[in-house]
Amino acid sequence: MTTFDPYAPSRETTEGKVFSVTGGDWDALVQDIGATKEERVVVNMGPQHPSTHGVLRLVLELEGETITEARAGIGYLHTGIEKNMEYRSWTQGTTFVTRMDYLGPLHNETAYCLAVEKLLGITNDIPERASVIRVMMMELNRISSHMVALGTGALELGAISPMFFAFRERETVLEIFEMITGLRMNMAYIRPGGVQQDLPEGALTKIRDSVKLMRKNFKENATLLIGNSIWMKRTQGIGYLDLAGCTTLGITGPVLRSTGLPWDLRKLQPYCGYENYNFDVVTADTCDVYGRFLIRMNELEQSLRIIEQCVDKLEKLEGAPVMVADKKIAWPAQLALGGDGLGNSLDHIRQIMGTSMESLIHHFKLVTEGFHVPAGQAYVAIESPRGELGASIVSDGGTKPYRVHFREPSFNNLQATAAMSEGGMVADIIGAVASIDPVMGGVDR
Amino acid sequence: MTDGMFGAKGTGDTSGYGGLVRQAVNFGSSERPYGSYFDEVADDLERAYPEFSEAIERVVVDRGELTLHVKREKLVEVAFILRDKLKFEMCMGVNGVHYPEQTGRELHAVYPLLSLTKNQRIRLEVSVPDGDAHIPSVVEVWAGNNWHERETFDMFGIIFDGHPGLTRILMPDDWEGHPQRKDYSLGGIAVEYKGATTPPPSERRSYK
Amino acid sequence: MGLEEKIPSGFLLTTVEKLAGYMRKNSLWPATFGLACCAIEMMAVGSAAKYDIARFGSEVFRASPRQADLMIVAGRVSNKMAPVLRQIYDQMSAPKWVLAMGACASSGGMFNNYAIVQGVDHVVPVDIYLPGCPPRPEMLLDAIIKLQEQINDTKLGANRAQIIKEVELAAMNAKPTHEMKGLLA
Repeated sequence: MTTFDPYAPSRETTEGKVFSVTGGDWDALVQDIGATKEERVVVNMGPQHPSTHGVLRLVLELEGETITEARAGIGYLHTGIEKNMEYRSWTQGTTFVTRMDYLGPLHNETAYCLAVEKLLGITNDIPERASVIRVMMMELNRISSHMVALGTGALELGAISPMFFAFRERETVLEIFEMITGLRMNMAYIRPGGVQQDLPEGALTKIRDSVKLMRKNFKENATLLIGNSIWMKRTQGIGYLDLAGCTTLGITGPVLRSTGLPWDLRKLQPYCGYENYNFDVVTADTCDVYGRFLIRMNELEQSLRIIEQCVDKLEKLEGAPVMVADKKIAWPAQLALGGDGLGNSLDHIRQIMGTSMESLIHHFKLVTEGFHVPAGQAYVAIESPRGELGASIVSDGGTKPYRVHFREPSFNNLQATAAMSEGGMVADIIGAVASIDPVMGGVDR
Repeated sequence: MTDGMFGAKGTGDTSGYGGLVRQAVNFGSSERPYGSYFDEVADDLERAYPEFSEAIERVVVDRGELTLHVKREKLVEVAFILRDKLKFEMCMGVNGVHYPEQTGRELHAVYPLLSLTKNQRIRLEVSVPDGDAHIPSVVEVWAGNNWHERETFDMFGIIFDGHPGLTRILMPDDWEGHPQRKDYSLGGIAVEYKGATTPPPSERRSYK
Repeated sequence: MGLEEKIPSGFLLTTVEKLAGYMRKNSLWPATFGLACCAIEMMAVGSAAKYDIARFGSEVFRASPRQADLMIVAGRVSNKMAPVLRQIYDQMSAPKWVLAMGACASSGGMFNNYAIVQGVDHVVPVDIYLPGCPPRPEMLLDAIIKLQEQINDTKLGANRAQIIKEVELAAMNAKPTHEMKGLLA
């Protein structure tokens, strides 16, 4: 470093000379580092780095290009969601949890709602149509999440076209989400007791068409990477973590399944009626990045299968309720498309305003105050696209959660960074982290 | 629930101006049979661990979940037995809960365990007084609890003795206080808009 | 009529200001500053799938702040991230612009708590605020186009200094929001 840079000076510390690289002449830097005669270099990557999958900070100790030690620094997206929820009603909680792992919002909502329903003791009272809609939405969400994982994973390893195609498929799913929930992301669609509203007209037809389109496109997309020699060289044998490593570190999801263990909570501890669907648990036995990539690719097809079965079921359940019958929990809202494109059904408003004072009071109390949840604690785990997503919820009997904690698979799985990358080349840590697919919103909450 | 409409208790003040008084319920021990596979787990643990009655303060079965309240001195021993003998290979982390009104056991640490072999789940719970918030670390048993314990330290100030590097993980290193404790305010700022000022969420009227 | 008639065909005459504005407007390179949910929508805009930001000359997302003109703050900024954000902003070379994407970056959004900076304008000057949680990709495109219009009309040199002074003065004299009364106009 020949010129003084106010934001990136090199300085002497007790640990040796520290260089801050923020651009500039790389040759000069290499020369300076060479002059220190140090074999060992500690490199800081992130938290703002194009390849770290969000605001993740990696501190790497390098010898040449080999990583001798890798540590991950997190917390750059800590949002205080868990604490914030203690000040909001149980129903409003879905609005918060949906923003944790923003690639799998519907999974967060489902885990949270299942836990609240467990505390309420209404797990068996959830209407079947609501459960089927939940499953369908979750599987659609799994597709959109895997699409981002595959697209960005490929981008980070230098392949840009898979990302274009992945985001194209993601748009297909998001169009369905928008049609059903009104939003592309962060929907707060799944609520304690059921879902916020029934499917709009034409939704099932659209889903059927989209499934056909996606099935065709997935086959095309697969040819971009499967068998691609550069891709294979960058991913095979990289980020190795075997079954013992996974259990020790508490790793679940595609990373665990890449060791050959068919551990999928949808099969083994079914929720939302997953036991009524035909699908296979996809595994690989390579324990590496390529195996995890293949698992995600093949899970897409399994998700499509489940979605088709959901659509069949929903056609038979036309007109069935989507919210629990207990009027002390279910919001009385009858949402309909008003003149301004949103809002409550005018008939419903006319009825409660004009004829029933009691209904109006009830509606008001339920929305402003919320419902009481009996005291106790519950832990519900579901299979999110990244692994076991557990919602630990404590209630003190009030209208607000006493404590909400999410066991985020991204948070837990990110601990494997060191095990996966130490001893490997620095370029391979990118692939290893991408194969964990951490979503920093979920990691930091 | 047996209370009045919408859970009104005491004075029946439902205006929301009563202030937010939170009191978590303390469950007593459950009686056998526990139901489900819980009796089997308890039997196995008693057989494998002779000091069962000393180490386990309470066994609570609620909402289809088994919770073993463990004395903190015995936590690591129990954890090793559960992992090696009872095949609870995975610990799904730890999360803190702060109950300020439970004098002498204000801070709880909750460990959900999972057995891949038997497809079972149980929960361990350890409670410690606020003034002496030390719990032995289980990182040597389940290495994956490393970050979870750091998070619980960061958010609740529980010190996990024997943890290989107990530092803050989510908050900045120089942060003061442990944000998710009940005595730590939610923070936030008042919002001003066209002649009206809305206080931050923690200072607004709220219902029990 | 003057100079235009004397020069050969194929020449256009304009002012330096207009030319610079035109150039800057059409090569607005964003820095990749994805933080949370909004970053995914930003990626959707950046990928050619459906929205194709390349139509507006902004597809070149730069990872290095030195080569970027526009910082799209896409997501919630935590207290831990704020100094990092400011350092990246400082590393960008002028002229530079900041787009606060989404409710969280603009005002803290629904997270009014201990962890989140209540609006990125506490840390860096913001040129355009984009509402939404998260905003649709079309909204991001719209914000970028609106910003490009601003850039197109940016004055240079003494004119710019004059405008900055006027804007500062107007801001100093403006009535604070909490003193405003009456209808929400």
